[in-house]
Amino acid sequence: MITITINGEEHQFDGDPEMPLLWYVRDVLGLTGSKYGCGSGLCGACTMHMDGKSVRSCVVPVQAADGQSVVTIEGLDPNGDHPAQKAWRDYNVPQCGFCQAGQIMQAASLLAQNSEPTDEQITEHMTGNICRCGCYQRIQAAVKAAAVEQASKGA
Amino acid sequence: MLKYIDEEMQAAKAFSPGNADRSVRLENVSSRRDFLKTLGISGGLVIGLQLLPSGSALAFDPYPTGAEGMPHKTVSDPAVFVAIDSDGSVRLVAHRSEMGTGSRTSLPMVMADEMEADFDRVSVVQAPGDEPKYGNQDTDGSRSLRHFVQPARQVGAAVRQMLEAAAAQQWDVPLARVRARDHAVYLLDGEGADAGETGERLSYGELAESAMAMPVPAFEELNFKTDDQFRYMGKGEIPMVDLHDITTGKAVYGADVQRDGMKYAVVARPPVVGGSVKSMDASETLKVPGVLQVVELAGSIPPAKFAPLGGIAVVADNTWAAIKGREKLIVEWDSGPHGSFNTADYEAQMRATADRPGKVLRSQGDPETAFANAARVVSADYYQPHMVHAQMEPLVAVASFDNGKLEAWAPVQSPYGTRQDLAATLALEEEDVTVNVTLLGGGFGRKSKCDFVLEAALVSKEVGAPIKLQWTREDDIRHGFNATTSVERLEAAIDENDKVVAWRHRSVSPTIFSTFMPDPGYASNVETGMGLVDSPLDVPNLSIEVGEAMAHTRIGWFRSVSNVPHAFAAQSFIAEVADSLGRDPKDMLLELIGPDRVIDPKAANMPEDLWNYGEPYEEFPNDTGRLRHVVELAAEKANWGTALPDGEGMGIAVHRSFVSYVASVVRVQIDDDGTIRIPEVHTAIDCGYCINPERVHSQIEGAAVMGTTLAMYSGITYENGAVKESNFHDYPVARITTYPERVHTHIVEHPFSVHATGVGEPGVPPFAPALANAIFAATGKRLRDLPFGDKVV
Repeated sequence: MITITINGEEHQFDGDPEMPLLWYVRDVLGLTGSKYGCGSGLCGACTMHMDGKSVRSCVVPVQAADGQSVVTIEGLDPNGDHPAQKAWRDYNVPQCGFCQAGQIMQAASLLAQNSEPTDEQITEHMTGNICRCGCYQRIQAAVKAAAVEQASKGA
Repeated sequence: MLKYIDEEMQAAKAFSPGNADRSVRLENVSSRRDFLKTLGISGGLVIGLQLLPSGSALAFDPYPTGAEGMPHKTVSDPAVFVAIDSDGSVRLVAHRSEMGTGSRTSLPMVMADEMEADFDRVSVVQAPGDEPKYGNQDTDGSRSLRHFVQPARQVGAAVRQMLEAAAAQQWDVPLARVRARDHAVYLLDGEGADAGETGERLSYGELAESAMAMPVPAFEELNFKTDDQFRYMGKGEIPMVDLHDITTGKAVYGADVQRDGMKYAVVARPPVVGGSVKSMDASETLKVPGVLQVVELAGSIPPAKFAPLGGIAVVADNTWAAIKGREKLIVEWDSGPHGSFNTADYEAQMRATADRPGKVLRSQGDPETAFANAARVVSADYYQPHMVHAQMEPLVAVASFDNGKLEAWAPVQSPYGTRQDLAATLALEEEDVTVNVTLLGGGFGRKSKCDFVLEAALVSKEVGAPIKLQWTREDDIRHGFNATTSVERLEAAIDENDKVVAWRHRSVSPTIFSTFMPDPGYASNVETGMGLVDSPLDVPNLSIEVGEAMAHTRIGWFRSVSNVPHAFAAQSFIAEVADSLGRDPKDMLLELIGPDRVIDPKAANMPEDLWNYGEPYEEFPNDTGRLRHVVELAAEKANWGTALPDGEGMGIAVHRSFVSYVASVVRVQIDDDGTIRIPEVHTAIDCGYCINPERVHSQIEGAAVMGTTLAMYSGITYENGAVKESNFHDYPVARITTYPERVHTHIVEHPFSVHATGVGEPGVPPFAPALANAIFAATGKRLRDLPFGDKVV
C-alpha cells in the first residue's frame, strides 16, 4: 500500500506501483491541473512539487512518492494567489495555457529556493519547460516580477 | 540581460487579476431555453450582414468579407449570442475555438463593447458544434476576428438598443431621452448628444425581462459606436477570460474531461500511412492489470480526409494501464503503398524536379528571353522538410456512445466539421451527435483534423462506455497531418546595369489536396495563393511555376501553411541578390517591391483563381504601400543600418499573408562556438484595425518563437514509410534558452474603417528568412535548408 500526501490530504493506493504520479493524480484522483505533454520528462507540463522540489510527475512512479508530500497546481495556494500565479496574470502570460500550470510550479520551486534569481538563473531553472505557443518572454518577466513580490513580502 | 521591456508591458500591467475569474463552462448552456428566460426572442431570426447604400451615415460602413463564402457564413442574432440574467450578469457565446489566439476573449469583448456591458460582469460560454445556429466555426485561416468582428458589433448594438427601448418604455419617454452606458440605461435631461444624465437609471439586470419583449432592430436601425466611443476595442486592456483558471489549474482542456464510467484508451497505429494489421496477438496485453479489452479499428489509405489510420485500441481503467498494455501488443503490420517512402530520396527527387521547367502559373513580360539575355543569373534552392505541429496538448478526445446517440468533448478547431464526420462515420443523424468544445492546448492546424475524435467515438461504440482516447507524444509526432515539404527554386536575371530584369520562382511541393482527393500532384490555388503567385515584386519579366510532387504522407494545414516555404525562399533570395549586387538588403527589398500601389491582379497576369485568402479582392487588395510601410517601420525601430560588433548581424524580411502585412528585423549574435543567439526582434504588423492589441503582441511574440523552432529544429524524417522522430528529444522545439530574447511588436494604427485582417498566422512566415538573413550578415554563411540547427558550423 502506497501512502502519499497530496495537497495536504493523505491518499492510499494499492494499484500498479510503477504508475507515474501524473496518471495517478489525473486518472485516479481526478486532479487535472497537471498536464500530460510528453511522458518522458522532456516538456515539464506535468511539473509538481515533491517535498518542496519540482519533479516531472510523468516519470516519477507512485512508489517513489510513497510517504512523500506532493503539491500540484491545485494546492499551490489556497486562493490561487501564489506570487507566481499573480505575476502570470499581471503579465497575461498564457496563450493556449496548457503548459502554464507546469511553468508556474517550476517557477514556484525556484522562488522557494532563491528569492532573488538572476536572469540566468531563471533561464536555467525554466529550461525544462516547453511552451509551444512561445510565451517565454513573458514567462521570464513574470518569474522576475514574482521574485520581487515575494522578496517584498519578506518570504 | 534584460529580456523584456517595460513599455511593452504597460497594457499588460494594467490588468486587474481579480477581473479574470471566469469559469470555463463546457455544458451547452446556450440553449434556446436559457435565452428565452432573458431576452426571450423566439424563432430562428438571422440578421445577415446587409450592405447599405453608399453615403450612409453609420459609424461603420459594413463591408463584405470572405465569410460569405464559408459554410454557414455568419450569424448575428442576439438571441444566439447574448443572455442577460436578472442579476445583471451577462453571458456571451464564443463560437470559435480557443487555441491560444485569444478569440474567445476578443469576440465577446467586441459584443460587450458595442452593447455597453461591463466586461467584469460577462461570462463566456463556449458553443458546441452547430454552424447553422452560430455561423461558421472552422477556426483556422486567421479568420475569427476578420470574419466575425462585424456580426459581433451588430449583436452588441442590437442588444444595447433593445435595452434602451425597454427603458424608454418603462419611463414612458421617447428613445432619444435615454442612453445606455456602463451596464445601465440612463434617463437624460433632454434629447440629443449633448443631453445630460438625470441620475435616474435602470440596470441591465432590471431591464432584462422587459427588453425581451422588444423587437430586434433591423440592421438599418442600428446605431454603432464611433471609434472614440469604444470601451474595450483597440485598447488591449481586457485579460483573457480563462486567465485565472489557467493559472490555477482549473481550465478544462480535452484531456481534463471526466465522465462517469469512463474508460481510457490508446491506439497502436500502423507505422506507415495506409498500412494495416496483418496479424495481432493481444494475449500479453490482456494480462496487464487494468486492461479491459482490445478493439481493432479499420484503417484508411489517403485520400481519406480525416479517417482514422486504424490499428488496435487498448482499453483500460486508466491511461497508464492502456499504455502498458499497448507495449505488450504483438502486431505485424502490412505497410501498404507507402512503405518505401524515404525522406532523403524524396528530397533528391524534388530537387531534380525543381531543376526542370515547371508548369507556369503566372508569366509577365518575356521571362525566358530576359533570362537568356541576362548579363548574369543568380539562383538558389531552398528546402523545407515535412514538419508536425507538436502542440503542447497531444491529441485527446472523450466520446460517449449511448442509446444511438454520440456525445463528444474534444479540443477541436472545427467542431461542426467534427460533428458531421462523426455522424457519417457512425451512420448517425447529425441531430444525434453533439460536439462540445474544450479549450485547445494548442492547435496550429492539427486540431482541424478530427481523426482522434472519430477514434474515440468508434471505440466508445464498441466498448459501450465513455472513452477518453489519449494520444501519446510519440503518437502525435509519428501520425501527424504534416506541413508540406518543399524545394523552392529562385532565379534572378541581372542586366549589365546591375538591374534585376527577370524573376523566377518555381515551387515543388506535395499538396494538402492529396488528403481529400486523388492526388493532383501539384499545389492547389489555395497553396500557390500563399505568397507564390501573388508575389508583389515589381520586376518586368516574371515566371511563377510549380513542379510535380506526389504525396506519400498525410498533409494538412500547419500554422501559416505554404506561406512558410514561399516566404523563406523568396525573402532569403532577395537578400542573396542584394549581396551579389553589393546592395543593402532592405533597399533591395524595397526596390523590388517597387512603388506604392494596389496591385491589379489582371494587369499582373495573376491566375483567374487567385485565392486572396478567400477575401473579396476589392476589399482586401494587395497594397504595396502597406507592405513597404511595415518594412520601413520595422527597420526604423530596429535601427537598421547601425554598425554592429563582429559576430552580430541583422536580417529583414516581409510577407503578406492572411491579408495582413508583417515585416521582421531579427538581430543575431553568434557565440564563439557558433551558437546562434537572438537578442532582439522588431516586428511590424499591419492587420487593419487592431481589435485587441495585447493579444496581437502575444501572437507576434509567439510567432517569433515558432519561427525560431521551424528554422532551427523542425524536420520529420521518413524511413521505409515510417517517421523516425518520436518526442521532444529528437523533434526539439525552442526552449527558454533559445528563444528570441526581446520581441518588440509594432502595430500600424488604423481606424475601424480599415478592415481588420489576420493575426494568428501572419507573424510566422517572415521570421525564418529574417533569421537566415541575419545569420548571413553576421557570418557570411547562407543557410538554405530548413532546419539549419542552432549553431553555425
